Amino acid sequence: MNLVDVLTANLLSPVFLAFSLGVLARLAHSELRFPQDLYTSLSIYLLFALGLKGGVELSHASFGSIAGPAGATLLLGCITPVTSYLVLRHLGSFSEADSAAIAAHYGSVSAVTFIAAQSFASTMGSEPEGFMPTLLTLLESPGIHIALAIGALRVSGGRPVRETLHEILTGRTMVLLVGGLAVGFLMGEKGWVSVAPFFEGGFKGALTLFILEMGLVAAERLGDLRKVGPFLLAFAIGMPLLHGALGATLGSLAGLSVGGATVLAAMAASASYIAAPPAARINLPTANPTYYLTSSLAITFPFNVTLGIPVYYEIARLVHGA
Amino acid sequence: MQAETLQLVTIVAESVIAEQLLAGLKRLGASGFTVTEAIGEGSRGRRVGEVPGDNRRIETLVGPDVAQRILDLLAERYFANYALVVWTTDVRVVRGEKYR
Repeated sequence: MNLVDVLTANLLSPVFLAFSLGVLARLAHSELRFPQDLYTSLSIYLLFALGLKGGVELSHASFGSIAGPAGATLLLGCITPVTSYLVLRHLGSFSEADSAAIAAHYGSVSAVTFIAAQSFASTMGSEPEGFMPTLLTLLESPGIHIALAIGALRVSGGRPVRETLHEILTGRTMVLLVGGLAVGFLMGEKGWVSVAPFFEGGFKGALTLFILEMGLVAAERLGDLRKVGPFLLAFAIGMPLLHGALGATLGSLAGLSVGGATVLAAMAASASYIAAPPAARINLPTANPTYYLTSSLAITFPFNVTLGIPVYYEIARLVHGA
Repeated sequence: MQAETLQLVTIVAESVIAEQLLAGLKRLGASGFTVTEAIGEGSRGRRVGEVPGDNRRIETLVGPDVAQRILDLLAERYFANYALVVWTTDVRVVRGEKYR
C-alpha cells in the first residue's frame, strides 16, 4: 500500500468524513449546533472509555515492554515545548508570552487526535499497543508546564506553579484518563467484559459524533486564519511534521510497533485545545488567544486528521523497514 | 421588616477567571455571591468566549467600602487583559446586616 492509498483510506474514514461534514455545515451557515452539555458528555465518555480500556490492557503488559516507550514519551514531552518556543520566539519573532502560550499547546497533546490515530492504525491493520493511553497521560502535562515555566520566567506577573499544577492534574482530562486507567487496571479483563458493550460498542460512534462537532468548532475559526499571519500558518503545519517524524522515530527505536509509533507520532504532533487554552489564558494573560486557538484548532487539528496521521504512519513504516 | 441600602456588584467575565474572581471577592469581604452562566458579546467581540467555556455572571451584595475595593481590584488586575464588565447598583435589601 503506497502513500496515496493510505491517504485515500484516511479520507474515506468516518472520522475524516464527519469532520468534513462539520466544516461544510458551518461554512454553509447551517443552524446545526451541539448543546454544550452534549459536547461535555461525549468527551467524558470518550476519555473514560479510553482510560478504562488502556487500564485493562496495562494489567496484561509487562514493565519491560512499557518502560522504553514511556521514556520516549517523556523525552518528547520535554523536547516539543522547547522546540516550539524557540522557533516561535527566534524565527517567528513572537512575543515571550505568545511564544510560551503557543508552545504550551504544541507541547501538550490532543486526545481526539490520539483517538483518531489509534482508529486509523487499526484500520490499516497495525493495531497499536494496548498501553498507549498510559503514554497519553504521560504526555498531557509536562509540555504545558515546561512552556508555562518558560513563560513565567520571562514574563512577570505569573502565578505560583503549584496552582497551575493543581489545575491541570485535577482537570477533567486527567481525572478521567488517569482514573480510568486505575479502574481498568484494577478490574482487569473480567470487569471489562461487563462494561465493554457500553464503553467499547459505542466508542467509535461517539467519536464520529464528537469529530462532527470538532468540524463545526474548527470551521468557526477559519475566519481568524487571516489574522494569524503566514508564519504561524507554516508553523502549525511544519512543527507537527517535525514533531511527528521525531515521535515516529523515537517510538520505533523504543520498541513500539508501526501502529504504536504512528500513534505516538500523532501525539507528539498534536496540539492541545482542551487543557492548554485555559491554562495559557490564566497564566499568560497578555498572550493573544487568537494565535494559540486558531493554530491548534483550525490548522493543526485538521491537518493531522487529514494528512498528518497517514504521513506519520508512512514514516513509522519506513523506520521499521516495512 | 426594615430594608437597607446596599450595593449590588455585578461582574460578567470569561469563565476561566471566575474562580480567581470569587476568591478575590471573599478576600475583600463579600460574604456571599451568586454565579450564573452568561452568553453575550461585547466590545472585544468574540474574544469574550474564545477560550472554551461560557461567561460567568457573578453577583454579590456588599457595603459601599467593599464594593469600591472590588472595583479597584478589577481595575488593577483584570481590565487590561481579560474580557469582563462590572457595574454597581444601589439596592434595597432586607436583613442587610447579613451582607456587611
